[in-house]
Amino acid sequence: MSKRTIIPFGPQHPVLPEPVHLDLVIEDERVVEAIPSIGYIHRGLEKLVEKREFTEMVYVIERICGICSFGHGWGYCKSVEGNMGIVVPDRAEFLRTIWHELSRMHSHLLWLGLLADGFGFESLFMHSWRLRETVLDIFEKTTGGRVIFSVCKLGGVRKDIDADGLKEIVKLLAGMKAEIKELTDVFLEDYSVKNRLVGVGVLSRDEAAELCTVGPMARASGLRQDIRLDGHGAYAKLAFEPAVEEDGDCHARCKVRVRELFQSIDLITQCAESMPDGEISVPVKGSPSGEFVARMEQPRGEAYYYSIGNGSKFLERMRVRTPTNMNIPAMVKTLQGCDLADVPMLILTIDPCISCTER
Amino acid sequence: MSYITKSPWVIHYDGSSCNGCDIEVLACLTPMYDVERFGIINTGNPKHADIFLVTGSVNEQNIPVIKQIYEQMPKPKVVVAIGICATSGGVFRECYNIMGGVDTVIPVDVYVPGCAARPEAIIDGVVKGLGVLAEKRARLPQELAEERAQRLAVSEADEAEAVITVEIPGDAKAAAEKGDGQNV
Repeated sequence: MSKRTIIPFGPQHPVLPEPVHLDLVIEDERVVEAIPSIGYIHRGLEKLVEKREFTEMVYVIERICGICSFGHGWGYCKSVEGNMGIVVPDRAEFLRTIWHELSRMHSHLLWLGLLADGFGFESLFMHSWRLRETVLDIFEKTTGGRVIFSVCKLGGVRKDIDADGLKEIVKLLAGMKAEIKELTDVFLEDYSVKNRLVGVGVLSRDEAAELCTVGPMARASGLRQDIRLDGHGAYAKLAFEPAVEEDGDCHARCKVRVRELFQSIDLITQCAESMPDGEISVPVKGSPSGEFVARMEQPRGEAYYYSIGNGSKFLERMRVRTPTNMNIPAMVKTLQGCDLADVPMLILTIDPCISCTER
Repeated sequence: MSYITKSPWVIHYDGSSCNGCDIEVLACLTPMYDVERFGIINTGNPKHADIFLVTGSVNEQNIPVIKQIYEQMPKPKVVVAIGICATSGGVFRECYNIMGGVDTVIPVDVYVPGCAARPEAIIDGVVKGLGVLAEKRARLPQELAEERAQRLAVSEADEAEAVITVEIPGDAKAAAEKGDGQNV
């Protein structure tokens, strides 16, 4: 019987820029149990609905997370718009879809970089982040901000992209395709990378369903689950089939995200080609008084936005449920019985966003 | 290159930031801005670091973490608060779990505003931090001497006090002399 040791992981750890703490119970080199503890980034921003008017609250919700900032803003707007029965113009929905897919690209490229850093492939990390800068340049050109750009508002969007701008975006992304292919081929084909990813942290289809995983984590285990299929925004008018893999290991999770990168380029191109004319926003009158649930497919999976109004300028309650929250049980499950050296891989492949989770 | 006389190593901790500033800190290191070409390295070890970059504001749970990292860093050290949250609490100022800026816990030398702070601003902040670092380095010998003198004075006072106050009861003293390991 070997001796059990507890190794603390985090809160300040080089693998993750964010603080999360895990107690890893080790028997020799094998992890027997992982006990997560969170709370380092809890701000309590849902309670701010009592102090901020519902129109101002968009700025706070956008700052739940700096990576999927646009998606959070859209989710909140969708929830309150549903609450008040506002119909958003088509052009605004298409523009929102473009920015949301660009956010997905930036998030996945960022994640690929962190993964490469996790298994010690420094130059791959640098290349992923170099490509990501192109996406950030598009954000800066179209909205003025790099990571948090507050372009989504209740009733539509703040800025328009003209036909030339759309053409330029499509051209830039088409140019990126070859570079992304070159980069992601290393992730998917390279022998030493495969050595770290294939067969590590396998989550079967049944386990994934039972543990309520969402997003790329669920899709990598063979579940065809994607909120974009319900056709919100412009998705109903776009040809789209979610990327599903069957293996359920770290390599499959990587593959899903790589396929989604190309899918996002495709979706943005489709949006640019079929962009409708018209207004980009409608005025918002009155105050929300009902309740409404909106769902979004964030880069990390399904997010859920609940709002209930009381007829005043302040919402009664606002609730957000984020994808990482749903994937933590699956992460803890895959950590049981893994090698100590694989722990960073397993934590990274759920693409944890602690800031979203704790709010 | 002669204008750079020091390549600081930085350590980064995310207080309760939204990730916006954190990914911009990392963006400084990657090919677009690439401060690593000046020998600036993001280290995970506080004992290797010269400059402490804190993003996000402070809450009850991360106070000990921030203090520990700060205390483990060798002197001279500089703290740069990145983003408006680290400066004052920013948009989250009125949240129940936010105590305010980083300066409520440790002394801050440079404040970088912005939400999220742009990489150019962060690099500028670190360069300003270099100036502070040079000043602190110049003051360090004097500071250390003062500290040492203070420590000596304290320990002398302690010794003088110890002679007067310590009284060991007779039987306990006998037990201790016998050396039977009893905790007196």
